[in-house]
Amino acid sequence: MTSTQRPPADDRAEAESAQAAALHTGTSNLRTLVTRNVRQSGIYVAFVVIVALFAILTDGVLLSPGNITNIVLQYSYILVLAIGMVIVIIAGHIDLSVGSVVALTGAVSAVLVIQQGYAWWIGIVAALLVGVAVGAWQGFWVAYVGIPAFIVTLAGMLLFRGLTLQVLDNISLSPFPSEYQRVASGFLNGLFGGQGYDAFTLFIGAFAVAGYAVSGFRTRVARIRYRQPVESFPLFVARVLAVGAVIMYFAWQLAHARGLPIVLIILGVLVITYAVVTKRTVFGRQVYAIGGNLSAALLSGVRVRTVNFWIFVNMGFLSAVAGVIYSSRSNGAQPAAGTMFELDAIAAAFIGGAAVTGGVGTVVGAMVGGLIMAVMSNGMQLMGVDQSVQSVVKGLVLMLAVAFDIWNKRRGGAAR
Amino acid sequence: MSDTILEMRGITKTFPGVTALRDVSLVVRRGEIHAICGENGAGKSTLMKVLSGVHPAGSYDGDIVLGGEPARFHGIRDSEAVGVVIIHQELALVPHLSVAENVFLGNERRGRGGLIDWNRANAEAAALLASVGLDENPVTPVAQLGVGKQQLVEIAKALSKEVRLLILDEPTAALNDTDSAHLLDLLRRLRDRGITCILISHKLGEVTSIADAITVLRDGRTVETLRTSDGEATQERIIRGMVGRDLESFYPDRVSAPGEEVLRLEDWTVWHPSQDRKVVDGVSLAVRAGEVVGIAGLMGAGRTELAMSVFGRSYGRDVSGRLYVRGREVRARSVSEAIGNGIAYATEDRKKYGLNLIEDVRRNVSAAALRKLASRGWVDGNEEIRVAEESRSYLGIRAPSVMTSVGTLSGGNQQKVVLAKWLFADPDVLILDEPTRGIDVGAKYEIYTIINRLVAAGKGVLVISSELPELLGVCDRIYTLAAGRLTGELPVGAATQENLMALMTKEGAA
Repeated sequence: MTSTQRPPADDRAEAESAQAAALHTGTSNLRTLVTRNVRQSGIYVAFVVIVALFAILTDGVLLSPGNITNIVLQYSYILVLAIGMVIVIIAGHIDLSVGSVVALTGAVSAVLVIQQGYAWWIGIVAALLVGVAVGAWQGFWVAYVGIPAFIVTLAGMLLFRGLTLQVLDNISLSPFPSEYQRVASGFLNGLFGGQGYDAFTLFIGAFAVAGYAVSGFRTRVARIRYRQPVESFPLFVARVLAVGAVIMYFAWQLAHARGLPIVLIILGVLVITYAVVTKRTVFGRQVYAIGGNLSAALLSGVRVRTVNFWIFVNMGFLSAVAGVIYSSRSNGAQPAAGTMFELDAIAAAFIGGAAVTGGVGTVVGAMVGGLIMAVMSNGMQLMGVDQSVQSVVKGLVLMLAVAFDIWNKRRGGAAR
Repeated sequence: MSDTILEMRGITKTFPGVTALRDVSLVVRRGEIHAICGENGAGKSTLMKVLSGVHPAGSYDGDIVLGGEPARFHGIRDSEAVGVVIIHQELALVPHLSVAENVFLGNERRGRGGLIDWNRANAEAAALLASVGLDENPVTPVAQLGVGKQQLVEIAKALSKEVRLLILDEPTAALNDTDSAHLLDLLRRLRDRGITCILISHKLGEVTSIADAITVLRDGRTVETLRTSDGEATQERIIRGMVGRDLESFYPDRVSAPGEEVLRLEDWTVWHPSQDRKVVDGVSLAVRAGEVVGIAGLMGAGRTELAMSVFGRSYGRDVSGRLYVRGREVRARSVSEAIGNGIAYATEDRKKYGLNLIEDVRRNVSAAALRKLASRGWVDGNEEIRVAEESRSYLGIRAPSVMTSVGTLSGGNQQKVVLAKWLFADPDVLILDEPTRGIDVGAKYEIYTIINRLVAAGKGVLVISSELPELLGVCDRIYTLAAGRLTGELPVGAATQENLMALMTKEGAA
């Protein structure tokens, strides 16, 4: 088989015809497109419904500029954790220790910056290094010793919580210098001026929309060149317009509040990076292969141990990022910081379509899952719903999301 | 002594799409050792599952008469209640429980208040162990015993149930020669105590030496029942009965033109990962470019173990011996090293070990050689699609698109995806383990055609198969394996099902 031969890349005519074709080829059969991605699209539909529901229940307060900004600031660290967690879950593991790691990394940073008086960035670097070291520790036990991640990270949950208490000597530390606080509470505002709104935020929003449209079109052209099915052109345009409208609305609301939160930039960079890493790199694909069928991955030459190790190192790194953001937002370090964060991150991944058995899930899905949790918590807080009821509702939503996943899979199996 | 304890009449058992047993009859006399012989898939195990109630009454046609009474079992408890006990090839012992606990599992010796009377249980277990010649303390955990002794514990367990008819499925397959001899001795003693035995075995030497009668099955039918007392139960006769069918002519023609040697094994020895025995013992073989070489062997002969140990030591421990690819000695200590050195291995169980069923055709095809599609760790998704499309048309994979999940494909098409994966890795030698298991006749022909195209392109192919006609149909040369040792090598012109079977059932071969 002459499989290494590339398609005629210098064939300009073909490339141009593919571009021309991109404008009118494709299927407009919405049903096949939706059913093909029912697991993913179900989440988006649920998200829209939940946002609409709480927007109505809170008389529009949910979508007010100030509140949207609040949601971003309040849940950013959970979303950062969910990025790492969904990768762990896709590979068929779990990580129960992230809450403790958030506390430990924040504590290390606080001790260095607040107690010892080092520069703010030294605290951040130290926190990230501690996170990576924690990840390497857990990755070693999971990957090379073969202890189930559930046990390793359960032990880690206790271990790193204990170390946090040791590092902090059982007391809270605060406050951080203002540079450190800006990580989670700072805004980029007024760079391009604007009257009553921040033009820079709108510019970034427009830039994101343009990027989405261009990369979507390029994917479409490439797919047509490789004779793959694509959606019809009007449908493509409708999708870009819908996503663009949502982004621009979001940017508009932020621009009317305090501008672009720095933490949103961090989150955006991480989401895009990890979405691409999971989809487009050898590493990302091997994560899916391990979770989908461990034996088949082993017998296909995947270095399962190495991949598992780096999955946990990465989780440790992202926990540290979340630790920095959280300590910055709370302006200090507390012994009990980050308690239950692991559960929110795990819930975000599962609500976002990750499969309990591994092999399935996406970073973007986990983000939407995390936002569903965020909007629900925020909406219920705005409505003054009791904490106990909030907990019940979130528990039920998680249950239903996984039930939907299993039901969906069983239906898929029956169709075979 | 010569009255009938068991008569099975006209047993027919069908599974969806397959008839496993067709009008099978079996008559077993009281107090005899009755052996059942047949190739893999001939229906031996299915017949025993019908007898023991694993396949409940009503799921098959035909009658079972046990000790003069018609028997209709709805589960294994029913059959055990009347003294029919089956000991499966895979031992059903709980490793961390003691010998006594295992012996009385599900049949506990209760004392006052429904609590287990351990003194009584241990004492009775000790007596049972003595009767099977096992000198072990009943409180020893089973995991501390070797396989041979575990087998004896199983028999003690059967005796505790007041067994009348004991069924042993391949009891000596995992045993070494000493343990086998010991076990066969025990069977003779049990016979003297009036216990009837049905013995399923691939080892014909063992069968002819111990059995009073031998029933041969082939393709789900009874061929004949031979009695040792009549002197007609020779190994040759049994083999003829086991394989006596026509070689179907659905193998595509191929001109054989072997070239240079692509794979060579010297003195390859592999130990069982947890037991103290050699699974592959001093095997030397060679495969040349443009050649299809077969490995014939019955279950437990070490075929898959041999292949997997070659493929980056995926099986076994203390692997020793030398491995050459294209004349160069290679040390393939991991699967990725094996692939890098030009070895590919398509497993016998594609769903469990070969494919990621929740992923699509595209991602399965690229799985073994993803790096060929990547530069600096970034996968070219469009190239991946092109490669998958190319394999789809080259191998004739019938899937709506390369984005179709492989879990939805038929067995034959799944197997083609497995082949596509290994073709994309571009190996020098391809080891195919049961390449046509569980796929229909038409797809088999296509798989054979693909094999032919591979060797025409200069690759060496090693085929492991339980189906002798398949090996005779596609191979240039066939090695036979028995109990981990090579017992013969025949060019296809000189090979027949009979002489292969004789080599495959040879014991203690040097």
